[in-house]
Amino acid sequence: MARLAMVIDTTLCVGCADCVVACKTENDVPEGFCRDWITEQVAGAFPSARLEIRSERCNHCDHPPCVGCCPTGASHVHQPGAVVLVDKQKCIGCKACIASCPYDARFVHPQGHVDKCTFCVHRVEHGQLPACVSVCPTRCMHFGDLDDPESGVARLLRSRRHHELLPAAGTGPRVIYLT
Amino acid sequence: MSLAVPRRSFLKISAAALAAAGLGAPQARLGAGEPAAAGAVQTVPTFCDICFWKCGAIASVRDGALWKIEGNPLDPLCRGRLCPRGTGGIGASRDPDRLTRPLLRARVRGGEEWNAVSWDDALGHVAEKMQAIKAKHGPEAVALFSHGIGGTFFKHTLKAFGSPNLAAPSFAQCRGPRDVGFRLTFGDDPGSPERTDIANARCLVLIGSHLGENMHNTQVQEFAQAMAAGCTLIVADPRQSTAAAKAKWWLPVRPGSDTALVLAWMQVLVAEQLYDTAYVAKYGHGFAQFAAAIADKTPEWAGPLTGIQPEVIRETARAMARFRPATLVHPGRHSNWYGSDAQRSRAIALLNALLGSWGRQGGFYQPSAMELPAYPYPAYPKPGKPKADNPGKRHPFAHESITTGIRSATLTGNPYPVKGWLVYATNLLHALPNEAETIQAIQQLDLLAVCDVIPSETAGWADVVLPECTYLERHDELNPELFREPFLALRQPVVPPPDDQKPNWWIARELALKLGLGAWYPWSDIEQYLAKRCELGGYDWERLKRDGIIRGQPQPLYFEQGAPAEFATPSGRIEFWSQQLADKGFAPVPEYEPPQPNPPGSYRVLFGRAPMHSFSRTQTNPLLHEVMPENALWLNAVEARRLGLKSGDRVRLRNQDGVLSDALPVKATERIRPDCVYLVHGFGHTAKGLKRAYRKGASDAQILTRYQTDPLMGGTALGNNFVTLEAV
Amino acid sequence: MDEITSTRHNPGIDPVLHAWGWEIPVYLFLGGLVAGLMVLAGYHILKAGRQQEKVSYPYAPMLGVILLSLGMNALFLDLANKPLVWRLYLTFQPASPMSWGSWILLLVYPALIGAAILHPPERVPFGQRLLALVRSWSEWLHQRPRLVQVLGLANLGGGIALGIYTGILLGAFGARPLWNSAVLGPLFLFSGLSTAAALMHLLAMVSRSGTGAPFADVALAGVFRLMDPAHCKHVMVRADASFLTIELAIIALWLLGLLTATGVHQQAAALLLGGPWTAPFWGLVILAGILVPLLLQFLELAGRIRHSAVPAVLVLIGGFVLRWILVEAGQASRWS
Ligand SMILES: Nc1nc2c(c(=O)[nH]1)N[C@H]1C(S)=C(S)[C@@H](COP(=O)(O)OP(=O)(O)OC[C@H]3O[C@@H](n4cnc5c(=O)[nH]c(N)nc54)[C@H](O)[C@@H]3O)O[C@H]1N2
Ligand SMILES: Nc1nc2c(c(=O)[nH]1)N[C@H]1C(S)=C(S)[C@@H](COP(=O)(O)OP(=O)(O)OC[C@H]3O[C@@H](n4cnc5c(=O)[nH]c(N)nc54)[C@H](O)[C@@H]3O)O[C@H]1N2
Ligand code: SF4
Ligand code: SF4
Ligand code: SF4
Ligand code: SF4
Ligand code: SF4
Ligand SMILES: [Mo]
Repeated sequence: MARLAMVIDTTLCVGCADCVVACKTENDVPEGFCRDWITEQVAGAFPSARLEIRSERCNHCDHPPCVGCCPTGASHVHQPGAVVLVDKQKCIGCKACIASCPYDARFVHPQGHVDKCTFCVHRVEHGQLPACVSVCPTRCMHFGDLDDPESGVARLLRSRRHHELLPAAGTGPRVIYLT
Repeated sequence: MSLAVPRRSFLKISAAALAAAGLGAPQARLGAGEPAAAGAVQTVPTFCDICFWKCGAIASVRDGALWKIEGNPLDPLCRGRLCPRGTGGIGASRDPDRLTRPLLRARVRGGEEWNAVSWDDALGHVAEKMQAIKAKHGPEAVALFSHGIGGTFFKHTLKAFGSPNLAAPSFAQCRGPRDVGFRLTFGDDPGSPERTDIANARCLVLIGSHLGENMHNTQVQEFAQAMAAGCTLIVADPRQSTAAAKAKWWLPVRPGSDTALVLAWMQVLVAEQLYDTAYVAKYGHGFAQFAAAIADKTPEWAGPLTGIQPEVIRETARAMARFRPATLVHPGRHSNWYGSDAQRSRAIALLNALLGSWGRQGGFYQPSAMELPAYPYPAYPKPGKPKADNPGKRHPFAHESITTGIRSATLTGNPYPVKGWLVYATNLLHALPNEAETIQAIQQLDLLAVCDVIPSETAGWADVVLPECTYLERHDELNPELFREPFLALRQPVVPPPDDQKPNWWIARELALKLGLGAWYPWSDIEQYLAKRCELGGYDWERLKRDGIIRGQPQPLYFEQGAPAEFATPSGRIEFWSQQLADKGFAPVPEYEPPQPNPPGSYRVLFGRAPMHSFSRTQTNPLLHEVMPENALWLNAVEARRLGLKSGDRVRLRNQDGVLSDALPVKATERIRPDCVYLVHGFGHTAKGLKRAYRKGASDAQILTRYQTDPLMGGTALGNNFVTLEAV
Repeated sequence: MDEITSTRHNPGIDPVLHAWGWEIPVYLFLGGLVAGLMVLAGYHILKAGRQQEKVSYPYAPMLGVILLSLGMNALFLDLANKPLVWRLYLTFQPASPMSWGSWILLLVYPALIGAAILHPPERVPFGQRLLALVRSWSEWLHQRPRLVQVLGLANLGGGIALGIYTGILLGAFGARPLWNSAVLGPLFLFSGLSTAAALMHLLAMVSRSGTGAPFADVALAGVFRLMDPAHCKHVMVRADASFLTIELAIIALWLLGLLTATGVHQQAAALLLGGPWTAPFWGLVILAGILVPLLLQFLELAGRIRHSAVPAVLVLIGGFVLRWILVEAGQASRWS
């Protein structure tokens, strides 16, 4: 079984938000909403402050609480790839999944259903990279199958230091940051 | 290494696993906002115009409406990837704040009150005024300010009209000092796009140059490529720029002290014999005098001036030497900082010369361009008077027109009156220093015609506003870029203009016809013109239309590969010591001039770019507005605490001349020195028609009232402005 | 301290999560209240049977039907995609408390209606024909003690399920540390019971001073008229007091649990211990909603002060504010 994942090299990311803009146009994300976003985190004090810039989105968690809590089955794990998706034909907009996501990755689309990053499966299934990955000018975003030990993402995780967001929340995020 | 996209295995999932799972029609099962059936999508290749980099792009139109725009993989500039502004470029077409029809001023200048008129009336009015000015003052009294490739045909019309006064802010307000400093040294400038071989640099030194925020696409891509390959990065910046945050050494240099730092670096290289002696011996001129002049510019001398520890200066100089000649000291681009900027740039050029990086891999490559003969126009009339911007060659090394020189001629009538301004795609009120002076100059005019796509501040002062269609709705001049490898790029319309907007070539041509200059427009449609140029150059027009890009034969990039080691200086060599500078009474080897000190209790204003905006032109773009709706004031966290301010609190800036800015939120941060504040240029719009951006954030242009003029080349430096903060 | 900036700006999510507005606390409050009414009703159906009708709670189920419908309405109003609400009943998602809840709600209605039929009012202002019909069903039911017993059990069980579920609903959200506690189920059950007891108590009070208008008689006074005021007073007050004491203990357990858990849980607890919700929580939930009613009831029982509606009103307010704060502060509590 494939487990699609995104591995993002924070040492190269410049926080330009190209990934954000590309997602908006590719996926017709309505004005005022975003499926991905940039977080900048500074630790330490001048002049030795340390900056980490991250392109964030739904983590397509291995243990997605948003799927379990969904009363209609609209939130589901799409196979192959284990991509967490929302079926807008089923979503009643109860927002349980929104409350259940520790990453606040979801939002209510103006059309009433809940929306979030899809890992661009509509592209992936046609052999294209997700829109955000395909535009990133620093090429700091990598996409592939974690279950394939030979995949680029798997190799990067073996060779580089990395972290995920809120590991203590126990969701098993599959957007992983190289440091 | 990590740059390799895991495409192989990735494709394995998509092609094999996913297809095997029989996902024939995935769309129906997907989440929200999935693009509708992809059947009705058409693509058109063109090139981007959200900044002047001109990346090749492919726009997708879905059911007749713009959907998205992506990089053209054929384009060597963008390598298939646009920057965020390029990706958001379709927002320029969708912008509800756009100009829609030609406008004639209704009442007072600057009142932003208009009557919509026909193109015939609008251009008739402009032509009439131009003829009247010509009759009274001569054709030289009409000046053109333009920026970018879209200005081509306006320049053509004005030259045919007989004016030599054509200027762009890209010289005196931008890269002029750098180009002059490099020309004085190497006989050539770094160019635009810069001939910097960042991709291959093993040590990269950025002085200011905030790559990553400065989002010139190729530069950022190569920067990331170099970093991924383990390049040693040294950044001198009073602010921890994005690049500085990735650097091995961030030197939070005292603003305006860079020349001291560069001199000290050179002193170390020379004193410790770390420079490229063979290269200097082979190509250098006046090295001994140079070495003597900098002998006392030790790190100990520079330490107190720059605020950088002498050991750190030494260490970083040695790091540069370790990787030379693949050590690139980036020449910067926006280089008019503190008033003696051509000399600072010259010092940077000399540092590169010591490292032997000019003409070398990982330094500066030799660019090349496609041969493209000019269109066979009749010769332009010879202007009766010299250019107005630089009377008596006051600034002897200015090799382009000085915008602010035209402005002062307009203000003073010296060397002769300038009575008409045509303004194409430049927002002079944001681009030139001291807004008030620009407005005073405008008040001297008999004609101000502004061609823009949105109702900018400058358009707000116009007598006639000429609404252009965006780059996605028009053709433009061909782009035979001078770059790493030769290529020819085409801009062509993707969608029709939504209202009564017209392309620049049409406007400039109609104006020329009204001025009786039809002889210079033997063609009637731009496609004829472009096809003819292709024919003259021997390029396949149909192929260019289909692909958007035609690539040429790569040429040698480095001296080692056979690129000619020619230096167009008086000595024909790299001038460590410059006789031409000495002849004009300037220092033949750069000297350090300290910047004006902070008045007590005030902060120096620094400014720069945000990756998702271009100058003052993208703030109303819905897509780009959304990722950054306003700018913030970077303020050192300790200072913020001292002033009782925290992030998000709103303040106004009051400058040394009492000018008060609009309010903007504070960003209290550990990433800036305590003696300066920083804001992104281009915000704080005051033009009422820019509804989405109106008074969001503060305008640096508003408070940068003081400027120093570079004596060598007339560049206007804005680095000596100081503010205090007032909470709102 | 870390400087964190984000470009995210999704409505309802940023700067603090606000997916749920007033609808959810209203629903949780009414749901809990009805759960309490059902438990009380179920208990009395089982215990009293037909003979002791006078001390049972015959109108609680009817009231329950009305209040539950109001609550469901609030829940419906909260849905962003209302036309698809039927999707809830095309599936059962065992891991989803909401799915459990929607099915529980569906099962609770027959139990409540059955219990309501068991004790129809003696007279109504209109619809005598219908009343007669209901009477005949009631007769039919009463002739089948086993069925009555099942009804009693259904109300007792359904009430407990409903009450616990309203708490579990929140407690299951691991993403919101303030909610992330197993005691939220029992907490909401006991809070539901105390508010239900308070409501019954209040109705008794109101009916005593009632005007005797026919409808009021049915809806309110009837409840009390069928009960022995003296008996009621003691049972209700005692019940209420014990529910409140248990509730207080559970709240203590919940906060202690948070404080002894991870940093994020401690930060979540801090929202109520010094943070923005401190004053309403301690002022309205603990003091006005629990401690003051307890004290007043103690004084009443001891005959020190006159019996009044005040404690019951306070308990109801406290019960509602508890849910309000939990929903609001819970959304503000997070892992990062
Ligand atoms: N996204 C985006 N990218 C752009 C543009 C845009 O509008 N938007 N514009 C393009 C154009 S035309 C230009 S010219 C370039 C401009 O971009 P650059 O050439 O990179 O501009 P600079 O003025 O060198 O850079 C500003 C940086 O210099 C620092 N600085 C300020 N004072 C000093 C000083 O005294 N010493 C040192 N060492 N550093 C200092 C500031 O903190 C800031 O980080 O950007 C280009 N790229
Ligand atoms: N205070 C301050 N001043 C600066 C700078 C700074 O950082 N701070 N930077 C300096 C630098 S480096 C530079 S290069 C200059 C840049 O100066 P400008 O080139 O003047 O930059 P903009 O402010 O973007 O103004 C461009 C104008 O062109 C319009 N425009 C955009 N697209 C089109 C089009 O397709 N057709 C037409 N007709 N108009 C169009 C825009 O709406 C906008 O009004 O500014 C310089 N001045
Ligand atoms: S596009 Fe790439 S570099 Fe830019 S913010 Fe996104 S991940 Fe970072
Ligand atoms: S990030 Fe949130 S929405 Fe995405 S799978 Fe994980 S829990 Fe679900
Ligand atoms: S909002 Fe939609 S996707 Fe989310 S839990 Fe409710 S029904 Fe499921
Ligand atoms: S994978 Fe697709 S949907 Fe997800 S953030 Fe990237 S572009 Fe948006
Ligand atoms: S650098 Fe960005 S804005 Fe400039 S031309 Fe390229 S894609 Fe367009
Ligand atoms: Mo510039």
